[in-house]
Amino acid sequence: MTHLECDVLIIGAGGAGMYAAIAAARAGAGHVLIADKSLVGRGGATIMAQMTVAAALGEECPDDWTAHLEDTLAAGRGLCEESLAALLCREAPARIREMAEWRVGWACRADGRIAQVTAPGHSRPRCCYVDFLNTGPAVAATLRRRIGHVAAIRRLGNLNVTDIVTADGERGGEVAGAVALDSATGEAVTIAAKAVIIATGGLTRIFRRNSASANMGGDGYALALGAGADLVDMEFVQFFPIGHLAPRLVGMDPIMWDPFRYKLGGRLLDGSGREFLLDYGSDETGGYTTPRDLATYAIEREVAAGRGSPHGGVYLSFTHVPRSALEAAFGPVIARLAKNGIDLGHMPVEVAPIAHYHMGGIAVDERMRSRVPGLFAAGEAAGGANGANRLSGNAIPEALVFGERAGRSAAAYAATRAHGWERGPAAPALERIRRLAEGSRGELSAAVLLDELRDLMGTEVGAFRNAAGLARAVRRLADLRAGLSAAAIAPGLQFNPTVADWLELRASLVAAEAVAHAALLREESRGAHQREDFPETDPGWARSQYVRMTGEGALTVGGAR
Amino acid sequence: MTERLARLRIRRGTGGEPPSYEEFAVPFEDGATLLDALIWIRTRRDPTLAIRYSCINGNVCKECTIAIDGAVDYACTTRLRTDRVVTLDPLPGKNQLRDLVSEMRPPRERLK
Repeated sequence: MTHLECDVLIIGAGGAGMYAAIAAARAGAGHVLIADKSLVGRGGATIMAQMTVAAALGEECPDDWTAHLEDTLAAGRGLCEESLAALLCREAPARIREMAEWRVGWACRADGRIAQVTAPGHSRPRCCYVDFLNTGPAVAATLRRRIGHVAAIRRLGNLNVTDIVTADGERGGEVAGAVALDSATGEAVTIAAKAVIIATGGLTRIFRRNSASANMGGDGYALALGAGADLVDMEFVQFFPIGHLAPRLVGMDPIMWDPFRYKLGGRLLDGSGREFLLDYGSDETGGYTTPRDLATYAIEREVAAGRGSPHGGVYLSFTHVPRSALEAAFGPVIARLAKNGIDLGHMPVEVAPIAHYHMGGIAVDERMRSRVPGLFAAGEAAGGANGANRLSGNAIPEALVFGERAGRSAAAYAATRAHGWERGPAAPALERIRRLAEGSRGELSAAVLLDELRDLMGTEVGAFRNAAGLARAVRRLADLRAGLSAAAIAPGLQFNPTVADWLELRASLVAAEAVAHAALLREESRGAHQREDFPETDPGWARSQYVRMTGEGALTVGGAR
Repeated sequence: MTERLARLRIRRGTGGEPPSYEEFAVPFEDGATLLDALIWIRTRRDPTLAIRYSCINGNVCKECTIAIDGAVDYACTTRLRTDRVVTLDPLPGKNQLRDLVSEMRPPRERLK
């Protein structure tokens, strides 16, 4: 078994985690360890993002961070934690300009200024991007290059953190480090850390239709709850309205149609070819303006009424757009689509809402501190800034801004502390890894149970919810959690996928239960949380719910932190 | 109508063992990829099959790079075929960790 020591441990090497590492080192942390259960800078959500990073740069027209904040708060439907939303909007321009200095390659106007487009929900052109559909990969590559040049940062891939360890005794409850499994070698690892930043992204992988990468199963939420932190707004899962549904598209992200909508408009049509957004109060004659929650609502309603497309979505059509305009806007992408048998000039595609982003997350203050001393969160893993619905383009600025703040705060905290690591509090986590190595005979594998979980969440806890379905989900999730120890596991730890599945299932079930439980209690519809049995927004519900884990592992949902 | 099947011959075991292959038959769907088939095998046939992937079909993470009939390519963008058996191996020239998984971490990003 290997034992490591660091000042700041960062779990997750996407945009938020990598930026947090840079900021922690910049703030003086001498030993920063960034660990990812996938490969550093390759997994997670950042690299998947194809377009739009919102920042009030004012390149196209006068803009101000307070205007960005106004739009963010409006999109959040009265539930944003305003201090976090303000932090995001105020500091986004500095982060975006810094990325330009680091040669991320923002698309530029003819006059050399950074190009900005108007994404839905924004009052003016504010969203920058890297052509073509390359924003996320460019941001991830830039940050990966930067952290490679910082001596204080140690990077570790395929290191799967299973537990955050808190101290006993007089420093009881404070973060002491973590236990992890090096999945490549199968070795258990203990890590003494003065501060820990959770930057593991969200949980959209627990839904059947999703735009997530493989490692977005809600790990960070389970780690945070286990360490004693609170989660906030867990019921708010953003369904991206026009995820690709059919024909089968290979080698492209299912949310790729959004940039097409920004640049070219496009028409959403029901199964009979009729435009329907106006029926729901959204007039798109002036361009692509429908917010995500409203578009999801409209599409789900059309499908439920039997007016959907053959695969259970609606049509998105660009057949009215001249071929020259298609080519000018998306160049090589048009050819990639043709390879998939999709000729945009002649045919519509089918789209449907897919789980895309999680507004909820670890409850933090403006310094990204959770209620557990020494435990911080950043990026999508942190909750509150986006309220009940995230404004387009706010995810990458959130990753960078909150990553910067978390790294700086964690370094400052670590500078004042001595290591609090002891073997005792880590023992249960190490014992679990030892038992996993022995394997276990069971009827069902965790891979099968994860599959069931995705169906259950997609069906009962998706974009439309009701009490009966949510109650069914909560009961079934509790059964699945109780049955975790009976899952089949093959012996051995070296790149053993049954062990990885089991660890993912364990975390995903906790995250799923937090979502379903909070959704059942919120008896109203607001933003991304839509209840068939409570279709109206209730002003009395303009408040957040918090989820906490009891000592016995049960989840409780309450109205106050 | 008989179900169309795609047949995959997949390298199993760890690097230290003599090479062995196992064949799987996977129901074919139009447009399906090799990665779709590998995930199907893991869920429906053999959860112990070790594969690497992250972004699933964005072709951005490069983690699912393997040798497909000897040629290096991405499992997520290679279409499944039914006309013949396709042989899958881990990346050549890299340490095989298990089945189709090879050591892809840069040396400085490894624990040891």
